[in-house]
Amino acid sequence: MVAAPVRPEAEASLRRLLATLNCSPGVVDAANEVLPFARFERLHVARLVILEDSTLADLAAYNSSFLNPPLWFAFLGDCDGDGAAMLAEFAAQCADGLRRIFSHCQDFDANCDLLGWMVARSRAPAACYVNWVGRSVQQIREEAVLHAALRGWLAQQGAALAGDSARGIRDRLVAHQRTHGPPLTPPAPTPAGWFARQLANLIAVPLLLVLLLPLVIVGLPFFLVALRAHETADPVIAPRPDATEVATLAALEDHQVSNPFSAFGGVKPGRFRGWTLRFVFWLLDFSVRHLYTRGRLARVGTIHFARWVFLDSRRRLFFGSNYDGSLDSYMDDFINKVAYGLNLVFSNGVGYPRTSWLLLGGAKHEQPFKNYLRRHQVPTQVWYKAYPGLTAADLATNTMIREGLQSASMRENDARAWLALI
Amino acid sequence: MAAPPTPADDFSDMQGLLYTGYGSLPDACFMLLRIADPVAARAWLATVEVTTADRRDVLAAVQVALTVQGMRALGAPAAAIGGFSAEFLAGMAGEESRSRRLGDVGASAPARWAWGAAPPDLLVLLYAAKGTLPTVRQQVQTAAFARAFATPDVLDTTDMGGHEPFGFKDGVSQPTVDWWAKRRPDEEAILPYGNLISAGEFVLGYPNEYGRYTGRPLLDATDPAARHLPPAADASDLRDLGRNGSYLVLRELRQDVRAFWRFVAAQGGDPMSGKALAEVMVGRRLDGAPLEPPATAPTEGVGPRAADVAANGFTYAADPTGLRCPIGAHVRRANPRTGDVPGEVASALARLVCLLGIGRPDLRDDLIAASRFHRLLRRGREFGHMLKPAEAMRADAPDLAAGLHFICLNANIARQFEFIQNAWLQSPKFAGLGDEADPLTGNRAPVPGDAGSATDSFSLPQPNGLRRRVSGLPPFVAVAGGAYFFLPGVRALRYFAAAASSGA
Repeated sequence: MVAAPVRPEAEASLRRLLATLNCSPGVVDAANEVLPFARFERLHVARLVILEDSTLADLAAYNSSFLNPPLWFAFLGDCDGDGAAMLAEFAAQCADGLRRIFSHCQDFDANCDLLGWMVARSRAPAACYVNWVGRSVQQIREEAVLHAALRGWLAQQGAALAGDSARGIRDRLVAHQRTHGPPLTPPAPTPAGWFARQLANLIAVPLLLVLLLPLVIVGLPFFLVALRAHETADPVIAPRPDATEVATLAALEDHQVSNPFSAFGGVKPGRFRGWTLRFVFWLLDFSVRHLYTRGRLARVGTIHFARWVFLDSRRRLFFGSNYDGSLDSYMDDFINKVAYGLNLVFSNGVGYPRTSWLLLGGAKHEQPFKNYLRRHQVPTQVWYKAYPGLTAADLATNTMIREGLQSASMRENDARAWLALI
Repeated sequence: MAAPPTPADDFSDMQGLLYTGYGSLPDACFMLLRIADPVAARAWLATVEVTTADRRDVLAAVQVALTVQGMRALGAPAAAIGGFSAEFLAGMAGEESRSRRLGDVGASAPARWAWGAAPPDLLVLLYAAKGTLPTVRQQVQTAAFARAFATPDVLDTTDMGGHEPFGFKDGVSQPTVDWWAKRRPDEEAILPYGNLISAGEFVLGYPNEYGRYTGRPLLDATDPAARHLPPAADASDLRDLGRNGSYLVLRELRQDVRAFWRFVAAQGGDPMSGKALAEVMVGRRLDGAPLEPPATAPTEGVGPRAADVAANGFTYAADPTGLRCPIGAHVRRANPRTGDVPGEVASALARLVCLLGIGRPDLRDDLIAASRFHRLLRRGREFGHMLKPAEAMRADAPDLAAGLHFICLNANIARQFEFIQNAWLQSPKFAGLGDEADPLTGNRAPVPGDAGSATDSFSLPQPNGLRRRVSGLPPFVAVAGGAYFFLPGVRALRYFAAAASSGA
């Protein structure tokens, strides 16, 4: 994520420019002249967003304030392989467009080295979730074509297959794909460095936890006392969001099967929340690296990508995600499936509904939570997704179809379940 | 300390439609009213006798509901109106984004509606014993009524003997409302599917399925107009304008009975008859019998009547692939009968594993939301002409108007009606299906964002794993009108009759 403050006098002009990247509000023109996203074959999702923070005054309830806050503008996305290389590709292919965009930001010199400027303003996420680690855009496209082709072939056969066993039908589908395609490119090898880093993390984090265990045991009672003191005292600020702002957000939503979610807000002041958040992100980062890598973030299977990024020296937090369905479905998942996960992170945010023991309550307070969420949401000015008609569940289905097609053999029961996917 | 009052203690302040669909009063009409004279309208509202939920065995019933436009026309203060939910204030047809979510596009777009694009002010629902509706109407349409309102648009209804126009038994499944507050779910509870639902899901002013109070207008107790309103249960220094009230969603759904039966007849024959295909598309037999075998254990809130147990004592847990009742069948979408988590949670460890979402190999078994947060009290009535399936299939079948005035009551339009309509009925992605919307009510628009993907198919799993795909479904249902109303408690109704007269 590249983040830079907007020059106050240039904000209106930036908004006008960003609007030209869309066919209509909420619907990107993937081939627009400024940033033709569709040209980047490794790019899954991308967004351009102005992080307008209408909740800064909430800090007063915490006896804190934030003078002269910058108006952040962010350009972020998720791609296959190396993010830095992707940024370099953008800089190479869309230099004019990017220069036009970033010229609205502070400290942008028309003669500067564009890539260097962007790299200098790149922010590493505190945590980053990927629905299916290692699945490329190319694989997604090929698997979608494969699904359609297999389905088409089955439809052609009609009743001719009615008497066949599931295994028999699978064998014929395998043979059909071999002779008639569509082609399936073997996945590109994952760089050894990536594996090494993952493995190091997989070992280091639990090891560190074990080493710290005596400290944790001694410190836990103190932590819990402090936690309860904060939880019972922290003011909740969750009034109904302004109807006009909600209408503005809603107008951008539900133009395709997925939506972007961008939210911005203050971290509760003080060292306690700061350090709690550091620890929470450490755990979150570990779990999304090793635990939730194939189709599901805890119980939620509708999130394609999500990231949490600190700004303003960890005083404010940006959350961006790409999810399937309407916001009401998303909030329903949050409240009924992963309230504890939301609470862990966002209860350290200013005004969040009251939690108990960091995990309970919070998002379970349906109405204040929905108010809080909508109030912190910001409109995403430009959002691109490489496969607009496909949900994460579709992608998982298609992947399972390909994996089943390529598996050496299958028992009858498994073949039946596999056929049902098509 | 006395036990806190239950919703049932307040039946005399609640409009009867919350308690009953007035099935014993087969004749009904719904009047859409525009206020011609606010003073006269308030005077009429001050005296109109709405039938309350404590009155049983009535020979006629009158119910009154208001839109936000009606509240404004009556002169209700902005502070009171502003406390209603955002979706009520915006209205069913008020925002393009809402129409998009509800699937009200194309032939069902508000611009093409017979009514509702410009919402009416009031809705008066009249129910009468067989043959007595004209008399009831005369009693309501007094001279004072005529002064207050412009000539009403009247939605007539037809008694189809408990069936909807396609011929299926209607209103088979309804939540059982916990009127006596027997349960109050803990917010951390993990519950199996049940049919007994907290009253606060349908009536404002009582705890909902989260054990909390749904937002509603709470007024300053010093406001003289509010002094007759009950105190808010969760804020005793405020008066509750929402208490004993409910949001009433009304949609005029025009059903193309000929198209439906002709389509299934053309598809039917091999391997199943047209009637059997129609039944799996609906998810029940014509007579309302479920496609699933009865559950082995009783379901809370189902029964004790044997007919209710037979019709509703089941879930889809034993039919995950939809072999008996396809995943996309209409009633399975409208109420998937899911518990809070898939499967059973027998131990603390199993609970933890489940909450963390690990150890579940099938990615699609946890996609559907928990049913208990998305239930509706359905109170619709049919209209138009009845056409038996056999008649409708004939080539010379007459093209007769028919349909359903869909009515439902809920406390949270966004979480209940809109969620069900959007995420469950209209979504081509329901439960991991890729490209099929509701076989009955789908608008047949392509997958949003992918104009090349149609949603006009319906898939039936076969025993060998193959899915039989019936495609090219024409639209069978079009929306021809609709609005969001508030069905107030009696004291709240009197507030609307009086609020402005004291303020203006």
